[in-house]
Amino acid sequence: MRFLLLFSRQGKLRLQKWFTPIPEREKKKITRDMTTMVLARKPRSCNFLHWKDLKIVYKRYASLYFCCGLDAEENELLALEMLHRYVELLDKYFGNVCELDIIFNFEKAYFILDEFLLGGEVQETSKLVVARSVEASDMLQEKQRLMEIILLFPLFFSCYHGGIHEQACILTLGEMDLHTPEGIWTITDLEVLLLYRTMEL
Amino acid sequence: MSPSVRLQEMIRVIRGARTQGEERGVIQRECAAIRAQFRQADNGTRSHNLAKLLYVHMLGYPAHFGQMECVRLIASPRYNEKRVGYLGAMMLLDEKQDASLLITNSIKNDLSHSSQYVQSLALCTLGCMGSAEMCRDLAPEIDRLLRASNSYIKKKAALCAVHIVRKVPELGELFTPASRSLLSEKNHGVLHGAVVLITELCERNPETLEQFRKAVPELVQIMKGLVMSGYSPEHNVAGISDPFLQVRILRLLRILGRNNETASDAVNDLLAQVATNTDSSKTAGSAVLYETVLTVMDIKSESGLRVLAVNILGRFLLNNDRNIRYISMTSLQKIVQTDHNAVQRHRGTIVDCLKDQDASVKRRALELSLALVSAVNIRSLMKELLLFLSSCPPELRAHTTSGIFNAAERYAPSQRWHIDTILHVLTTAGGDVRDETVPNLIQLITTATELHCYTVHKLYRALIADISVQSLVQVACWCIGEYGDLLLRGECEETEPVQVAEDDVLDALETVLQSHMSSPATRGFALTATMKLSTRITHNVDRIRSIVSIYGSCIDVELQQRAVEYNALFKKYDHMRAAVLERMPVIDKSSPGHTNGESAGGSIKEMEPTKRTQEVVLPQEPANQVCDLLDLLGGSGEPPQPSPALSTTMLGPVSSTAGGDLLDLLGGLDVTPVPPSVIVYEKNGVTLKLQTDRQTDTGMTITLTATNSTDREITSLTLQAAVPKSVQLQMKAPSGDVIPAHGLGQVTQTVLLNNPNKVSLKMRVRVCYTSQDFVCQDTVQIDSFPSPAW
Repeated sequence: MRFLLLFSRQGKLRLQKWFTPIPEREKKKITRDMTTMVLARKPRSCNFLHWKDLKIVYKRYASLYFCCGLDAEENELLALEMLHRYVELLDKYFGNVCELDIIFNFEKAYFILDEFLLGGEVQETSKLVVARSVEASDMLQEKQRLMEIILLFPLFFSCYHGGIHEQACILTLGEMDLHTPEGIWTITDLEVLLLYRTMEL
Repeated sequence: MSPSVRLQEMIRVIRGARTQGEERGVIQRECAAIRAQFRQADNGTRSHNLAKLLYVHMLGYPAHFGQMECVRLIASPRYNEKRVGYLGAMMLLDEKQDASLLITNSIKNDLSHSSQYVQSLALCTLGCMGSAEMCRDLAPEIDRLLRASNSYIKKKAALCAVHIVRKVPELGELFTPASRSLLSEKNHGVLHGAVVLITELCERNPETLEQFRKAVPELVQIMKGLVMSGYSPEHNVAGISDPFLQVRILRLLRILGRNNETASDAVNDLLAQVATNTDSSKTAGSAVLYETVLTVMDIKSESGLRVLAVNILGRFLLNNDRNIRYISMTSLQKIVQTDHNAVQRHRGTIVDCLKDQDASVKRRALELSLALVSAVNIRSLMKELLLFLSSCPPELRAHTTSGIFNAAERYAPSQRWHIDTILHVLTTAGGDVRDETVPNLIQLITTATELHCYTVHKLYRALIADISVQSLVQVACWCIGEYGDLLLRGECEETEPVQVAEDDVLDALETVLQSHMSSPATRGFALTATMKLSTRITHNVDRIRSIVSIYGSCIDVELQQRAVEYNALFKKYDHMRAAVLERMPVIDKSSPGHTNGESAGGSIKEMEPTKRTQEVVLPQEPANQVCDLLDLLGGSGEPPQPSPALSTTMLGPVSSTAGGDLLDLLGGLDVTPVPPSVIVYEKNGVTLKLQTDRQTDTGMTITLTATNSTDREITSLTLQAAVPKSVQLQMKAPSGDVIPAHGLGQVTQTVLLNNPNKVSLKMRVRVCYTSQDFVCQDTVQIDSFPSPAW
C-alpha cells in the first residue's frame, strides 16, 4: 500500500498515512485528487479506480470514505478486506465508531492503524491480537500516568495504602474528580484498581 | 479518563469556527501558544501540545516547528510522550528532513528497551519513515530482533526489514538466513511478515530466489493447512481462514514458480485444491480465488489448470458484484494474448458489460472487447462497439474511436463495410477522432474505386444533414470535389442516388465555406473542392470563378493564398486547368514518406494545409535540395510551373530528406547506385572520401566520409572547409568525431554549397584528428568534384 486516506463527504481529511516518502506539496496534491475522484463516484459503482500508475481502492462507511493507493501487483479485493478490517478494529475500540470519534481521538485511530499495518503491509491478521495490543499499550500509558499522579500527590493517596480491601476501595470511591495541572481527570473504577495494584508492588 | 481535555477542547473550538478566516485565527493563536510551550521547560504537557499540533497539521496548516519537539519527546523516558513523539515523527518528519537523523539514536536505544511496546514504537517508526542511512545503521539490530524475541516483536521486525530492503537492497543478504527460519513459526502474524519479507527478497535478488525455491514444499504445506483446516475463530473471515496470509503465500508461490518447471509442478495440486475448495460468495474468498487465478496464469501450470482458471474468471464475469466483474476483466485482459480462444468463449458476457452503468467496468469491457476482435467476429462485435460509441462517456470516446479504427483496418471484411464503419464513427463521434483519420479515410476511399459513386452519395447526404463535425465535412468536401461528376450523374447501384443539380452542390460547399462552425482547414478543403468542380461541371463555372475571386481577399492567409493561385489558374493558365485538376490517382499507402510525422494522407498536398504551406515555402528554402524537387514535380498547380505532364504523376511527400523520396517517385527504379567518390586525403591510416550527392547549376551537396584503417581508433576528428568568396558554405553536423579502428565504422559529414554566381567551385578542407595520442592536422585542396549519382 502506498497511502491510506480517510476523508468526509465534504472532502475534509480525517486521517492520512503515507507509506512512501513524498514531499508535502505532493501529498496535498494527491489528497486533492483522491477526494475529487472518489467524491465524484456514483453510489453503486465499482470500488476500484485507476490513477496514474496506481490502483485506487475506496469504500464508504457512513460519512467517511476510506481510500488507499496500491501498486500494480497488489490484490484489490484483499485491499477491500484490509479497509474493512481496519473499520472493524476501530469499531471494537470505540464501540460503535462514528466520524466524531475519529475526529476527537485521531491519535488513537493512528495507534490502532499502527498495530494493524506497518510499512504498508498487514502486520497482524488476527483481530483479537490487534485489539489486545492496543489495549495493552493504552494500559501501559495509563499506568505510567497514574504513577506520576501518585508521585505528585502522595498525601492524597496515602489513605488507601495499607491493605484496604479491594472491593471496599471501589465501592468507596466509585468515581471522583481529581484536579491536576493538566486539567480535571475523572478517575473510574478501573484506574482505582490499577492504582491499588500499583501501590501493592 | 481524558487527560487530553485541552486537545479535545481545541478541536471543538476549531470546529466551531464559522468561516475559514475565523478558523485560521484560532489556529494561529493556538500555534503561538504551542510554540511558547515548546520553548518552556518540561511541564508535563508536552505530549498534549504536540498532539494539538498534529491535529492542526492534518487540517493542512504548517507545522514544521514541531519537528524538534518530536525529537525531544522521542527521547523522553515517559511512554505517553514517546508514543506521541513517534507519531509526530511519522507525520512531520520524512527522510528529507535533517531532524530525522537525530532520532536514529533514540530509535536504537528503544529497540533494546525492556518494554515490548516501546520496541514496537521504534520498529513502527523505522518501518514507516526510515531513511537509507538510518536503515543501514539499524539493520543489525533488526536482524537480532528477527531471531531472538517474542512473536509480537518478530512480526514487526520482519516488516521493518521489508522496508529496509526496499530502501537499501544490498542489505537483503543480511536478512535472508533469519527469514528462512521464520517460515517454521506457527504464529500467523510472524508467518505473514516472513512471507512478505521473503517475497521482497526474492523479487530483488535472483540468487535469493533460487535459494527459496527449496522452500516451496514448506509453503505448500502451510497453505494446505490453511485451506483444509476447520473453523479457526481467530483468523476466520467469512469462512476463509486467514485470507491475508493465503493471498501472500500464493503471491510468493507465483514468484517462485515463474519460469521454473519443478516449482510449478509442486504447486499444481495445491492450486487446484484452493480453486475448488474456496468459497467465493464473499469478498475474502474472491480475493483468494483471484490471487490463485493470477498465480495459475503466471507459472508453468498444466493446461487443465489453466482452463479451470479461465472458467473461474468466466464465473466472476457473471457475478452480481461489480468489483468482481471488474477484477475478472482486468485478469482476462492480461491473458487475452496468450489464451485468446479461452477468453473468446466469454465474449458475450464481456460485450454485455459494455452496457454496465459503472464507468470503470465500461472501460475494462471496452479494452477487452477491442482485444478480442478477430476476423471471425468483426461484424457482430463492431455493431456492439458502434452502439457503445453512441452512449459512451466522453472520456472513453477517443479511445473507442481509435480502437474501432484499428480493428476495422485489420479485419475489415470488405471495403464498403470499412467505409461505412468509418463514416458511422464520424457521424456519431467525429469530434473525438485522431487527426490522421481524415487522410486515412481519403486514402481508403481512393483505393475503393468501385465505390466512389456510393461513397460520394453517402457523404453528400451526410454533408447536407450536418456540417458541424469537422472531420466528416473535410472528407465530404474532398469527395465531392473529386467525384462530383459521379454525384451529378444521379445514378448509383449501391445506394439510392441523390438527384442534385450543380447549384445544389455548389450551395453545399459554399455553406461550408461561410459557416462559422468550419475550421480554417475545413474551409481550405471546401475551396479546393469548389475549384476541382470547375472541371467536372458544365454550367456554373462562372459561379466558381466568382467564389474563388471573393476569397482572394480573405483574411485567412491560407485561404487567400489558395484563392489567388486558383484565380491565376483561371486567368493565365486556363489551358492547364483541366490537367491540373484531373482525378487523383490511387494513393499508395506504403511509400516511405508516409512514415514521417504525418501519416498516409499527409502526402496528399491538397489535403493538409500544413503540408501546403511547407510546399509554398519551398521556393524560398536554400537552393540545393528542394529546388530540384519542385522542378521535377511541377507542383500541383499552386506554384504555376510549366510541367503539366508531371502533374499527374504521384505526388510524393515533400520532406527535407528529399533524395530518397524523389527516387521513389521515379517509379521504383533501382536507384541506389553507389555514387562515385573521390579520395581527397589519405595519411596515417585516415582516409577522407568525397562524393557528390546532388548538383545543380547553382550549388551542390557533397558528403565527406572518413575511415580509419589503423589499429586504434581516431578521436577528436574535425573537418573545416573554405570556399571562394562568392560561394556560400553550410556544413551539417558530423555523425560523430570518433572513427573506429580497422575500418569498422566511418564518420560522415554533409556539406551544402551554394554557388549563385556560378564561379568555378574549389574547396580547401582542413582535417584535424588525434591518432595514437598525436594530434595531426592537414589541409587538402579540392579542385574538381566528382559527378553526382545522376
